Amino acid sequence: MDPRPLELRHLVKSYVRGAPNAVDGIDLTVEHGELFGLLGPNGAGKTTTVGIATTRVAPTSGSVRVNGIDVVADPARAKASLGVVTQFNTLDRACTVHENLVFHCRFFGASRRAALDRADELLERFRLTDRAGDMVFELSGGLAQRLQVARAIAHRPTIVFLDEPTAGLDPQSRIALWDVLGELRSDEGLTVVLTTHYMEEAEQFCDRVAIIDRGRILVSGTPEALKRQHGDLAIATLGFSDEESARRAAADLRGFGTVDEDGLTLRVATADGAGAVPGLVNAAGPGLRALALAEPSLETVFIALTGRELRE
Amino acid sequence: MSAQAGAVARVTYGRAFYGLMVRDARVLRREFVSFLLRTVMNPLLFVFVFTYVFPKIGRGLGGGASGGATFATVLVPGLIAVAVFFQGIAAVALPLATELGGTREIEDRLMAPLPIALVSFEKVVFSTFQSVLAAVVVFPLLYLIPAEPVSVHISSWPLLIAVVIMAGLLAGFLGLLLGTVVQPRQIGLIFSLVVVPITFLGCVYYPWQTLSAIPWLKVLTLANPLVYVSEGLRAAMTPSIPHMPVPVVLAALVAITGGLGWLSTRSFIRRVTD
Ligand SMILES: Nc1ncnc2c1ncn2[C@@H]1O[C@H](COP(=O)(O)OP(=O)(O)OP(=O)(O)O)[C@@H](O)[C@H]1O
Ligand SMILES: [Mg+2]
Repeated sequence: MDPRPLELRHLVKSYVRGAPNAVDGIDLTVEHGELFGLLGPNGAGKTTTVGIATTRVAPTSGSVRVNGIDVVADPARAKASLGVVTQFNTLDRACTVHENLVFHCRFFGASRRAALDRADELLERFRLTDRAGDMVFELSGGLAQRLQVARAIAHRPTIVFLDEPTAGLDPQSRIALWDVLGELRSDEGLTVVLTTHYMEEAEQFCDRVAIIDRGRILVSGTPEALKRQHGDLAIATLGFSDEESARRAAADLRGFGTVDEDGLTLRVATADGAGAVPGLVNAAGPGLRALALAEPSLETVFIALTGRELRE
Repeated sequence: MSAQAGAVARVTYGRAFYGLMVRDARVLRREFVSFLLRTVMNPLLFVFVFTYVFPKIGRGLGGGASGGATFATVLVPGLIAVAVFFQGIAAVALPLATELGGTREIEDRLMAPLPIALVSFEKVVFSTFQSVLAAVVVFPLLYLIPAEPVSVHISSWPLLIAVVIMAGLLAGFLGLLLGTVVQPRQIGLIFSLVVVPITFLGCVYYPWQTLSAIPWLKVLTLANPLVYVSEGLRAAMTPSIPHMPVPVVLAALVAITGGLGWLSTRSFIRRVTD
């Protein structure tokens, strides 16, 4: 049987004895050619999961296979078949853009000639050719990120991990990055696993996602399926003129679903969707000044599952 | 099957290791001027002041205690030992501080398809190469600058080469250890707290035997690895000056290099894996 690009079984990671596990029993299988998103708030365990899958963090228990290779037992061979872009820029600052690619290829056994050719090809493809001779600290965030992706795939891995690849990028750089990933997938059948806390992006680009929180997978599936499962759920955000009316309304609104209080603002997760609006207005009373209803999205799925917003 | 896989792995490791060396060589070439300055400055000034200026202004140093040899002759092995040692430590510890600090760009090297222990060993091997280079660069200065006669007789080339290479490995492992146990920001402090005392008390400016006048220091300095490098080089280059027996020097160098190699590699692996 053809091994899966990524298989995580009962994965647990505890950095500090006594503290809650950073990864607390994750099971996950990624299929060939998939673009898989790991979503979760800060500290959910995304980086830890990616770190374990890419040999850089030792799991406390459980197993990880990348293309069928046990990454704990055979890290060197696993490294040859995967690529990674870490959350922070790890480009070689003592080298130029071009050299970063060339040396990476040579680490993976390419001859001098082959490494030079591959570097030129990648510079072209990632539109970095005119920056080839620059030292990497001269690059803007967007270009540095693009170079990191180019480097991650330079040795032709079949699966690449990207940890928050779009964090801190301007919208244009973000679009450019998604374009590049799309091309790589269609041209080379690359499997991509990425982490993000931009739910909208995940919804738009990922084939499947897993929402993780406190080291556990809460749900996983296609964005459509997740929204359907929690589809009758809507998040109403109500603004009040004063705290007193907000507090009073909060009590009355509990009949509609879970209520999250935040000063003059109340957030109500209601299962009735838009149909709940007249009732909400009624229950909110005369102090109500504004009401917004969010369409079902991965964001609302997350709030429904955790009772918390994604970005705090 | 597993034998074959083992062979494939060895080829892959070898190529990855070579790739890391190529990268380091490129960076060294780009920073060659600063490498030269770092290597040459200390011995150049030292030799100039103590073996050129001092004799000219009539202030001798050394002399009698060293079996009749000039101070300039005593300094040749000593300052080469310092150059090799200092270079070896700096070549590993300084880049490592950058690579481990803040950005953790070490991660990129760690993703090369070879065991982590070989990633750090490559750094030590390359620093050894730099140490040898430092010895080659420094020697002519020590020979040509002094205003007093310098008498160097290479008694044994194999011994000379063995001592320089062992010293380079030893210093590289020491740099690896310092670079991994010390916070990157404090690496400068470590140079003044560890490296400077080691060089001043490493029997660089006087043979170990002359310390008989200060017995406690004579015993204490045996804990300083640089002593064996200086004494080994004395045996190889200026055999007329009293020096430790060669087998003692070699045994000490092998033991210390082995111990530091084990300790520093373990420390590196701990530092880069969570
Ligand atoms: N090296 C470490 N030592 C100790 N604890 C750690 C270490 N790395 C991560 N943790 C802890 O493990 C948990 C998971 O962290 P992780 O970095 O995997 O989260 P994340 O989902 O990537 O978060 P973010 O969105 O902030 O990047 C956090 O509670 C974090 O504090
Ligand atoms: Mg993270």
